[in-house]
Amino acid sequence: MAAPLTLVLVLAVTVRAVLFRSSLAELISERVEVVSPLSAWKRVVEGLALLDLGVSPYSGDVFHETPLIIYLFHFVVDYAEIVFMVTDGITAVALYLAVQNYNRNVFRKQKYALEANRYPPDCLELMRSPKEMFYIPLKVATFYLLNPFTILSCVAKSTCGLNNAVIALFILSTIKGSALLSAIFLALATYQSVYPLTLFAPALLFLLQRLYIPVNPCRSSFWLFTLQYGFMFVGSLLVIICLSFFLLGSWDFIPSVYGFILSVPDLTPNIGLFWYFFAEMFEHFRFFFICVFQINVFFYTIPLSIKLKEHPVFLIFMQIAIISIFKSYPTVGDIALYMAFLPAWSHLYRFLRNIFLVSCVLLACSALFPVLWHLWIYAGSANSNFYYAITLLFNVGQILLVSDYFYAYLRREHHLTQGLYLRRKDGSEATLVLK
Amino acid sequence: MGLLSDPNRRKALTTLLTRLNTPICVVCYLAGIAWFMGLAFEPFTLRTYMSENAMGSTMVEERFPAGERALATGREFAGHKRKAGGMPVDWLVKTMQDRGLEVFTQSFSRTLPFPDENKERYMVRGINVYGILRAPRAPRTEALVLSAPCSPDNSNNQAVGLLLGLAQYFRNQIYWAKDIIFLVNEHDLIGMQAWLEGYHHTNISGMDYTPLQGRAGSIQAALSLELSSDVITSLDLILEGLNGQLPNLDLANLFHAFCQKIGVMCTIQGKLQRSDWDTAEGYTHAVQTMMLMVLKQASGRPWGDHGLFLRYHIEAATVRGVNSFRQYKTDTTTVGRLLEGMFRKLNNLLERLHQSYFFYLMPSLSRFVSIGYYMPAFGLLATILLLRVSLHCLNPDMYKSWMLQFKVICCSPLRFISGEGTEQGWRVLKLVALLYLAVLLGCTALINFSLGFILAITLVPVAACVTPHLPKAVSALAMVLLSPGCTILYCVFIFQELQEAPVSLSEGWMLFLSVISQGILDHSLFGSLVYPLLALLVYPCWLLLWNILFWK
Repeated sequence: MAAPLTLVLVLAVTVRAVLFRSSLAELISERVEVVSPLSAWKRVVEGLALLDLGVSPYSGDVFHETPLIIYLFHFVVDYAEIVFMVTDGITAVALYLAVQNYNRNVFRKQKYALEANRYPPDCLELMRSPKEMFYIPLKVATFYLLNPFTILSCVAKSTCGLNNAVIALFILSTIKGSALLSAIFLALATYQSVYPLTLFAPALLFLLQRLYIPVNPCRSSFWLFTLQYGFMFVGSLLVIICLSFFLLGSWDFIPSVYGFILSVPDLTPNIGLFWYFFAEMFEHFRFFFICVFQINVFFYTIPLSIKLKEHPVFLIFMQIAIISIFKSYPTVGDIALYMAFLPAWSHLYRFLRNIFLVSCVLLACSALFPVLWHLWIYAGSANSNFYYAITLLFNVGQILLVSDYFYAYLRREHHLTQGLYLRRKDGSEATLVLK
Repeated sequence: MGLLSDPNRRKALTTLLTRLNTPICVVCYLAGIAWFMGLAFEPFTLRTYMSENAMGSTMVEERFPAGERALATGREFAGHKRKAGGMPVDWLVKTMQDRGLEVFTQSFSRTLPFPDENKERYMVRGINVYGILRAPRAPRTEALVLSAPCSPDNSNNQAVGLLLGLAQYFRNQIYWAKDIIFLVNEHDLIGMQAWLEGYHHTNISGMDYTPLQGRAGSIQAALSLELSSDVITSLDLILEGLNGQLPNLDLANLFHAFCQKIGVMCTIQGKLQRSDWDTAEGYTHAVQTMMLMVLKQASGRPWGDHGLFLRYHIEAATVRGVNSFRQYKTDTTTVGRLLEGMFRKLNNLLERLHQSYFFYLMPSLSRFVSIGYYMPAFGLLATILLLRVSLHCLNPDMYKSWMLQFKVICCSPLRFISGEGTEQGWRVLKLVALLYLAVLLGCTALINFSLGFILAITLVPVAACVTPHLPKAVSALAMVLLSPGCTILYCVFIFQELQEAPVSLSEGWMLFLSVISQGILDHSLFGSLVYPLLALLVYPCWLLLWNILFWK
């Protein structure tokens, strides 16, 4: 499968290179849907300029990325375009290998379950065959590389691409089973933007499952492993933060990066939900609503982990989706990461109920974003309400997409235990209804 | 979430949509057309009203006295223009300086991509002359613009004369809080584009111009004057700007209020308002006025020199004096008083005009239709596309085969491109075409409603009805007759009919060709979006539908 993957990589690099050299690159790098105050390339360049002058890059409230990023670009700023293309390539290859490994595990478990006769007899059509699963890793890599959102994000040189690469490497190392590497990449991802902290739970669940440790608070093996993994994670995070401190020489990156992400001072419009609310809010209530909005991102981990504790990889997908919908400064690059996973769940297609409506909504909203921005900012005929309406619709579409896949996944699991053709007690046909 | 999650209700809805699809589509189409036509019916429209409080009462008395002197200045200007063979720069500079303005000039040049046959120019070179009247008391942060074009032939001399006369009168008043810029632009729209680009430090059209030496602050409003006769019978207001953008309705309301106060007859689209709205003639008159506005807006070209100001968020309109065969004539002094009144009101503005509507249609100067009332007409047409999409998606037999076709098409693009389609492959293509058309028309209607609606009238029936099973020859002819090119041809004929200057077939064809060349020129000179939209986005959709018709 290396040849088709190489072909896709070459095609992706060509598309990005062509766009880099065209006049669209500047236009794209200014779009608010593609770059945010956290990830804009202009701000990285500004931070580098301040660093060269010997001043802290965080003075002046312009630069909000982490010190490791700025030191990385200190060395490779002349090759920035190549760095971003390579980053996209790394993400795609990592996702490819991760999904390949995951599919192998899934198929093996299915084989054992079939041999142990654990599935009801009418579930044969729900079984996944190697033929169907053969092309999925390639499709995942293609979905990521050739997604217009990813291409836009790469051409705009948004550091979101680097965040995606770290998360993809985290997923790869978790699925391969290496707890140390997983903890290190998770620490790196959390260090970059606070929200991947919620991926601790699915990673832990996956590694526990892999080591055949039951998820039971009464068992000591559970707590032993949790403490081990937690210690590795916290330790790596502390090491990375202290490394940043030593590189930078001061602690002012903490309020500039984490304070900025958590307290949302910059209300530039973007595709997220925060800016409009906080533009309208009275100062008195600001702190309360910041807490509410930020807890909203982290809160779904608990119920989802309880429900999906047997299916940690799907939980990772759901968590990444929730992060990219509810985070404080989302961009289209974040969306591209969880959309890349959708081919991995293509066997759920028959249970999806609203996929067509949702994809039409997402497509129409993506087309309407620049139109309403133009009408608001340039023509002066619309106002922020129109743009926020499209933002809301876009996010509602994303939430419907994620919840539809969630429903389809759970329904398939239900059918795998209860049988495909449901019968009531008296033998008549029954249908599943979500009330 | 009952509708989305309850399978029984979903099944009922899907059977309803599948069985009644075609009747609902036909009803929607007719309802859309009827709604649009009904917009001109007077009880369905609203009377215009002044929304901006700062422009409220009209209690000030206008006192401009020097109409005859303005006409004499205009005759002098005409003489110097003939002698100089173009813009008499030195005379204009000296005259403006004598009136106490700060005068500056700007030279510009542009080579058109191909010769413009309507105006007979190819390599355009010119000079704009403008004088700034500085506000005597207030800080100089805002400005108003009065402009008159310097036309190569013998027209608009009186406009320049009146402009200079007003400049002299305004100079002696103490109540100005904003600077007033008196601009005489050469080569009408090209000169105006050069001036605006120089003023705002942009260069979107690739024009060569010298930078402006004098500036006056951010422009709040602009009026362009076109006056070619010593006496007029009516004043025509022109609102349509580049890409169908319209100024704030308050500017039209201001003009109408002053016309009524001073007693000048005012028209829009060259048509006077009738009072017999309940008769057939009255209604057709209103429909004609509204259709003229729709056609002018859909063309995307600026219909007066004011059209280019709108892009910079400056509310602007063109006032054109018309001398027709009516008994009551208005002299230049009265026109001067009207402009003085309008400028005094605009002087009172504290912020840019934003209170009234930006999107409207006007069946007459005192009645308007806002976006909330006219958008459902387009919505009904767009619903047809969505109904067709749902029909294709909810068809249960082809659900599985649809997925198969999609996979086939995605995994073997070569087979798809070579045209060797499968039996049901055209359904996927039709689905894509319908969705693409819906999104495209929706985005177009948001920016330029008239263009979106006119395209929808012809393209939606084609997209909804086309299948490979129709009789090929008849449907091919129908598709060509409903293509965007033929739509432009019909619009040209209808426009000429509405202007009461009907053309024969050959003249109409020449006019059609000139309209297309004007569209290309507008795109390259001013950045009009109609030509790239039609060529790059609408035609591929039509070609997709053509491909579906001839699917093997």
